[in-house]
Amino acid sequence: MAVLVIADHDDTTVRDSTHKTVTAALALSSDVDILVAAAKTGALAAQAAKIAGVRKVLTAESAALGQGLAEAFEALVVPLMAGYDAVLTPATSQGKNVSPRIAAKLDVAQISDVIQVVDANTFVRPIYAGNALETVQSSDAKKVITVRPTVFKPAGDGGSAKIEAVSAPGAPAGTKFVGQELVKSARPDLGGAKIVVSGGRAMGSAEEFHKVIEPLADKLGGAVGASRAAVDAGYAPNDYQVGQTGKVVAPDLYVAIGISGAIQHLAGMKDSKVIVAINKDPDAPIFQVADYGLVADYKVAVPELMEELTKIGK
Amino acid sequence: MKVLVPVKRVIDYNVKARVKADQSGVDLANVKMSMNPFCEIAVEEAVRLREKGVVSEIVAISIGPIQAQETLRTALAMGADRAILIQSDQDLEPLAVAKVLQAVIAEEKPELVLMGKQAIDGDNNAVGQMLAALLGWPQATFASAVEIAGGKAKVTREVDGGLQTLEVTLPAVVTADLRLNEPRYASLPNIMKAKKKVLDVKDVASLGVDTVPRLKVMKVTEPPKRAGGIKVESAADLVMKLKNEAGVL
Repeated sequence: MAVLVIADHDDTTVRDSTHKTVTAALALSSDVDILVAAAKTGALAAQAAKIAGVRKVLTAESAALGQGLAEAFEALVVPLMAGYDAVLTPATSQGKNVSPRIAAKLDVAQISDVIQVVDANTFVRPIYAGNALETVQSSDAKKVITVRPTVFKPAGDGGSAKIEAVSAPGAPAGTKFVGQELVKSARPDLGGAKIVVSGGRAMGSAEEFHKVIEPLADKLGGAVGASRAAVDAGYAPNDYQVGQTGKVVAPDLYVAIGISGAIQHLAGMKDSKVIVAINKDPDAPIFQVADYGLVADYKVAVPELMEELTKIGK
Repeated sequence: MKVLVPVKRVIDYNVKARVKADQSGVDLANVKMSMNPFCEIAVEEAVRLREKGVVSEIVAISIGPIQAQETLRTALAMGADRAILIQSDQDLEPLAVAKVLQAVIAEEKPELVLMGKQAIDGDNNAVGQMLAALLGWPQATFASAVEIAGGKAKVTREVDGGLQTLEVTLPAVVTADLRLNEPRYASLPNIMKAKKKVLDVKDVASLGVDTVPRLKVMKVTEPPKRAGGIKVESAADLVMKLKNEAGVL
């Protein structure tokens, strides 16, 4: 069987989530191709071609693809699927936006957020905020799958796949890109960061969130996250949200500050290697998943933590 | 302008799902059920659009068991004008849900479908996009702001790394993200009024849509539990343990 992976990228770099999705694809088949769709694909295709185990890189260039328009991806990928048995996309906001559209056009189910490939037809995926794992067997001839990247190891480099251009569809008639505001940050990307520092509702204001959480994240060289409660209250932007309906992260170190540990937040971080919780409520559910819990008011504990980190040279 | 708002009855978001001992699924007996939170946001947005004079009629629709009438009554109490229940005792997959909605849309002819981005039970985040594809309509998913004017919807979308703004020509499918609005609580007079609003019930079979499942659930299991951790006494103790014991600093 042949498998197509749709690359996740930021216009200049192929993201790590692509390498992880290739690992999931290689569990299905050894014939794995990558599709790089962007406004300009040259540098991206060269990076994708180096991923070990990849047979071929397909490139398609258009403004609408560069803007990530789902209608354009549907028009590009559906005809390509004549030559593939499965298409895999990382379950990023972009992957979630385009993949179901492709599935519906192919008249097949989408198998969402896959965390394990059991065999070519059988997959494991989390449901109910990760409180249950569902093993499903697909009867569809073609599989449309989104992959939870955090659980797969990234495929290494060392490949030398050939690159082949395919023609891009015309611009979709009913959708116009107006603009985007991407947060420019020197911090690592939340989805792939080794260390994440997250703040919750206890912060009480956006100023406090900014003053407490961000310096600690910077001291640790980590990314900043937030609970849904903190995002809901307007203390942090939505793209910081870690949880069932936000981002799923699995860093080496996750530091939860003033986060109670609602079900929906735990869904987004409980696969982290080491979890630290700082909360003044000793009964907060976050302590049930924390490897190291510190029962303290963050207003006291975070400055002390900053000081101790300085002492060890951070 | 007519808006169709699909809503789903799901386990209440504060309740932790428990896996059945026989691994056949999640135990929903005697569990509190509510409207999916993202569906509430979609209903609220539709009501706000009507308050602005952009929308003239809001039709809420649910696909599910007879008890989903309660969910539809909630939507009616929030401000939907009438409701449709497509009764199905079988839990439908997103593709089947999209096909059922497509069949209803052929009759209702709304200019906008406003729905939640994701249901918190199946966590698929797929129906809106699938419906847009089947209808050949534009989509604007994960909306945090919606403005409607001149037959178009300008939608701000929550994407990884920031915000994107699209303009889609109506009819279109828009899916709601968390920050779109804060849903209202239905007032008692509105709850009473909702009881008198029209709620039509149709059997899913009457639509003649293919709802055969494509995925067979082999088993549903509990995720591995994290071993309990320890409490540390101080920030100094924490840093020492993270450095020496966990090796993550």
